[in-house]
Amino acid sequence: MEKLVGQRLKRKEDPKLITGNGTYVDDIKLQGMLHASVLRSPHPHAKIVSIDTTKAEDLEGVVKIYTGKDLEGKINPVPSSWLVPGANLIETKQYPLAIGTVRYVGDGVAFIVAKDRYIARDALNLIDVEYETLPSIANQKDARKEDAPQIFEEVKNNVAFTYIAGEVLDDDIEKEEVVVRESYNSQRVAPSPMETRNSLGYFNPGDGELKLYVGSQNPHIHRMVLSEVLDFPEHKLQVIVPDMGGGFGGKIGVYPDEALVAYATMDLETPVKWVEERNEHFQSANGGRDMMVDVELAGTKDGYMKALRVVNHANVGAYLATFGPGNPTIDFGLMMSGSYKIPKAQVTTYGMYTNTMSVDSYRGAGKPESTYMLERAVDEYARQIGMDPVEVRRKNFPDKDEFPFTNAQGLVYDSGDYQKPLDVALETADYEALRKEQAKLRKEGRYIGIGLASYVELSGFGPSAVAGAIGFQGGIWENSTVRVHPGGTVTVFTGTSPHGQGHDTTFTQIVADKLGIPYEDINFVFNDTKSVSMGWGTYGSRSLPVGGTAIAMACDKVIDKAMKVAVHLLEADADDVAFEKGIFYTKGNPENKKTFQEIAKAANFAWSMPEGIEPGLEEKMFYDPENFTYPFGTHLVVVEVDVETGEIEILRFIAVTDAGELINPLVVEGQVLGAIAQGVGQALWEEIQYNSKGQLLSGSFMDYTMPKARFFPKIEMKFTHTASPVNQLKAKGVAESGTTGSIASTVNAVIDALTPFDVSNIETPLTPERVWRAIQKGAKN
Amino acid sequence: MIPAKFNYVRAESVEEAISLLAKSDGEGSILAGGHSLLPLLKFRITEPGILIDISRIPGLKGVRKEENRLIIGALTTHYDVSTNELVKEHLPSLAKAASVIGDLQIRNHGTIGGNIAHADPVADYPAVAHALGAELVVHNSDGEEITPIDELVIGPLITMLSEDSIITEISIEIPPTQAKQTYLKFFHPATDYPVVGVTAIAGVNEEGVVDYVRVGVTGSSDVAYRAFEVENVLMDKKPTLQNIKEAAQAAAEDGDMGEDLFASEEYREHLTKVYVERALKEVLID
Amino acid sequence: MSNNLVEVTVTINGERRSATVEPRTLLIHFIRDYLGITGSHIGCDTSQCGNCSLLVNGRAAKSCTLLAVHVDGAEIITVEGIGKVDNLHPIQQGFWEEHGLQCGYCTPGAMMASIELLHQNPNPTDKEIREGLDGLICRCTGYEFIVNAVRRASEIMADQNSSKEEV
Repeated sequence: MEKLVGQRLKRKEDPKLITGNGTYVDDIKLQGMLHASVLRSPHPHAKIVSIDTTKAEDLEGVVKIYTGKDLEGKINPVPSSWLVPGANLIETKQYPLAIGTVRYVGDGVAFIVAKDRYIARDALNLIDVEYETLPSIANQKDARKEDAPQIFEEVKNNVAFTYIAGEVLDDDIEKEEVVVRESYNSQRVAPSPMETRNSLGYFNPGDGELKLYVGSQNPHIHRMVLSEVLDFPEHKLQVIVPDMGGGFGGKIGVYPDEALVAYATMDLETPVKWVEERNEHFQSANGGRDMMVDVELAGTKDGYMKALRVVNHANVGAYLATFGPGNPTIDFGLMMSGSYKIPKAQVTTYGMYTNTMSVDSYRGAGKPESTYMLERAVDEYARQIGMDPVEVRRKNFPDKDEFPFTNAQGLVYDSGDYQKPLDVALETADYEALRKEQAKLRKEGRYIGIGLASYVELSGFGPSAVAGAIGFQGGIWENSTVRVHPGGTVTVFTGTSPHGQGHDTTFTQIVADKLGIPYEDINFVFNDTKSVSMGWGTYGSRSLPVGGTAIAMACDKVIDKAMKVAVHLLEADADDVAFEKGIFYTKGNPENKKTFQEIAKAANFAWSMPEGIEPGLEEKMFYDPENFTYPFGTHLVVVEVDVETGEIEILRFIAVTDAGELINPLVVEGQVLGAIAQGVGQALWEEIQYNSKGQLLSGSFMDYTMPKARFFPKIEMKFTHTASPVNQLKAKGVAESGTTGSIASTVNAVIDALTPFDVSNIETPLTPERVWRAIQKGAKN
Repeated sequence: MIPAKFNYVRAESVEEAISLLAKSDGEGSILAGGHSLLPLLKFRITEPGILIDISRIPGLKGVRKEENRLIIGALTTHYDVSTNELVKEHLPSLAKAASVIGDLQIRNHGTIGGNIAHADPVADYPAVAHALGAELVVHNSDGEEITPIDELVIGPLITMLSEDSIITEISIEIPPTQAKQTYLKFFHPATDYPVVGVTAIAGVNEEGVVDYVRVGVTGSSDVAYRAFEVENVLMDKKPTLQNIKEAAQAAAEDGDMGEDLFASEEYREHLTKVYVERALKEVLID
Repeated sequence: MSNNLVEVTVTINGERRSATVEPRTLLIHFIRDYLGITGSHIGCDTSQCGNCSLLVNGRAAKSCTLLAVHVDGAEIITVEGIGKVDNLHPIQQGFWEEHGLQCGYCTPGAMMASIELLHQNPNPTDKEIREGLDGLICRCTGYEFIVNAVRRASEIMADQNSSKEEV
């Protein structure tokens, strides 16, 4: 049987999805099911004076309307699950429906349950709410000013937390020959899964079980948190994620709406479904990024970076989201020195409450932001010392022999060879020729730019002791159960939670190789808290390095036990039996053998088991990794700027990725491509816009530009393979790398193109107007 | 998103549709392809009491040539406009404008009549319609009348048509054959609407002097317009780069630049000039 | 607010189906909620994403931007009507072979729009495919493998046509 790991197999998931047989939450219809809608605040900050629901209640088909007051004492606030320690973090109470005060446009005011979705929608217009508006603020830097509107009485100057990591003194900066001082913003974007948020609750009063179908990247976290919010025991609460239309961080969070659905279904003893509209999603689904970063980067004239000091004002929104506090602190702060041997680094992050929707993880979660500001600053540093940006990067990379490498903030990078992807990128691009072409075209009045970014990611979220130390309210190990049926087919249970990443295919390849059984004989169970032991979900590029490793190790345990059975049945010495490609055989006589399937049957029948061995063939692995994994790579982007209009065309995009060993290169390439589109989207088009008071301006895909097919050239993907020593798969995880490298490389390319116009910084996204204005300003100087 | 409630009736003839409109007491809305109306209904920007569906009225689709004009039925879809042989031969600028509206799915169902009657400032057709002084055949309780395009639209989403009016045909004069035509568009990246869309139709006489020039602009202004000033500057001049550039400087003078999240008034004005210049270059030099 | 009810009948994937609905019922809701055919999805609500695309009388349409009553009597084909697991349509084969999908949510609409694209242009260049996919938003794939999928489908269709001609 051929080895499957490393092969570009078509996905197992697809036949269902391409024939319309997928089952997403809104595809599920339960007997007697009602539909819910949420009345949301149109004001960024206001007192609720009164709510009159009588007209809506009179509408035929409306079953029940809840307001915040109705639920007071019945549902607990929705907590954050990442309480960063040592940061004076103040968590305020987010009730599922606002009580007394609304704090962002989209804050829930009333929850309507009706016979169908049309009536539920109509009822929204019939509820009269009297508001008394309060002063409000959206910008996180302004929110810290003395006279800024206060969002919570108990939070002085709206500072939710102050996190400091590392120490860089003024003198560490001032003593260096060159200091780059610049401000970089990572604007708020919308993760925007194509399937909006949703949930469908079903409560059976007979057995007291509550079943919740919900779009979630981490059903067990949803169960754990909702159990607390609803005061409902975990063993009676089943969270199921059927097929899910994307997450990207936007469905990590446990949201008020999900608790409301669960509450209403119990209260009414009838299934209740809620499906978010897209414009509602812009109001009330967590945003990503939103960091305003001031950077000081100091180094020598000959290109050695010595100290990096950063102040980050991170907008956390009106309430702390599930993982909200972790992104701008731990993820951003500890990875700030990126791929470089910068001896000293300090980050200060102010987490700021504002009158906007909460901010949580979005693909890369903190690292795209840190990589962006660092790689922009590195380019600026190169420019100031008159050195090619390639050279500056080369000089500051740790050598491949220096791994495991400890970065300035103390994180230990597992393995790396950072020169290699840079070399491959330059060679693929023919960098020297490109620079000549650039010079030639400039003379003709055409402006192309070449942008580089080298990045390293913090992936493979584990080990749990670290989770505890950084205030993550949970573990980050992963589990797998491999159940071998009497006929030799296998069901595998695992706690990661796929929604498009190709886990089923990738993991099947691992199991098939391990057990030596056909691909078709392996089935997976994901996304159901009742079937799967505790697990921690899918984010942080952890599913393969942590979840996949748990599966591989559970398979190893199965083989260990099967081997004992085989030794017994073959009446051989343990040392004499080998296992290869699904066959147990005696080394002396390979014809004396048992297939995996025969052992499966024997173990399940247990007619003759070795002494002390239990019947059955099923093993469970709880795997807590010893370290994170650190994928890395280099992106090289070539753009042309139409200096008359400010439009940007991407001419080439070269992405060299090192994610260690790849299980299914086709699936990996899919992840890289999707991640790049999201990063470039942030660089060039996407932006959630609030006005200064917190009124939402970009409320649909008519204002919020999602990347489209025609915006991109063919991406040139290359891979290098530096094994991770952390896990037996030698895999590092790959889902976020493309995003982390592509924002900086794209922007660096545009800035490089505009060098003749004396442009050194433009706020992202680089809309045509912003680029045009920067050129105008530069041309005037 | 879900529209508010309304009644629905399917009209079998133009006369019936007009009488239904007249009876609706201002509550009626015409449904043709629905692609301009449905977004408004779903956002609940408009909440008509009754939709009068004219999409199945016979005789309102297709293109014919009458003397020096093309007559396009109001229910002709964007796809059909863009692929029609008469349009491609005589009004390639209109075919090009139709071919870049929205996307494949939208072009299959949206209609030229609905698009124009909707008076959306970010529609594509009005650039061509204004450049060539299109005439709209309008039916209402008083009978049939001809409304020139420049009188139709009085503001964004507002026309001067009486409430019982239906546009049945769009009639456009065919420009002289020596005049080359184009439609250039700066796409709004999210919606594909024209941030600015420019039609230029121009040609030169035997002495190499511009003897025909029409320029229409849509998108950047609150209401689409014909850029008379540009035409005036360029007329009777040689189509040199310098003359074209000079003429393009007047591109915004006949318009009233708008502003939105994507592009400021100043930037729109700048883009309008750039696109007028590029469109003129394309028809007069390239 | 007034609200007459209307009976809407369509032939969907070859089957004649009727339901009595409010005139405001969107085609996508008619198909999903009343007829129970759930392969087509709502993604954006504002006619950008094309996740709700299907064929109305043979031509691709966004079913969130049409009223059910408006297409009364029409022939409708959704993803469920183009091919089955054991007899896939070339576009389904293309998407599968080229990894043209990840979460699968936009995929039915993406495939229906692609069928239209290939109907208008059976042998498109990559650039033409990218432009033709303007009515699609996919958040997972970055589009490149969708482009490959459409190109692959065009090859499969060309092969099928030439083998038909040979017969």
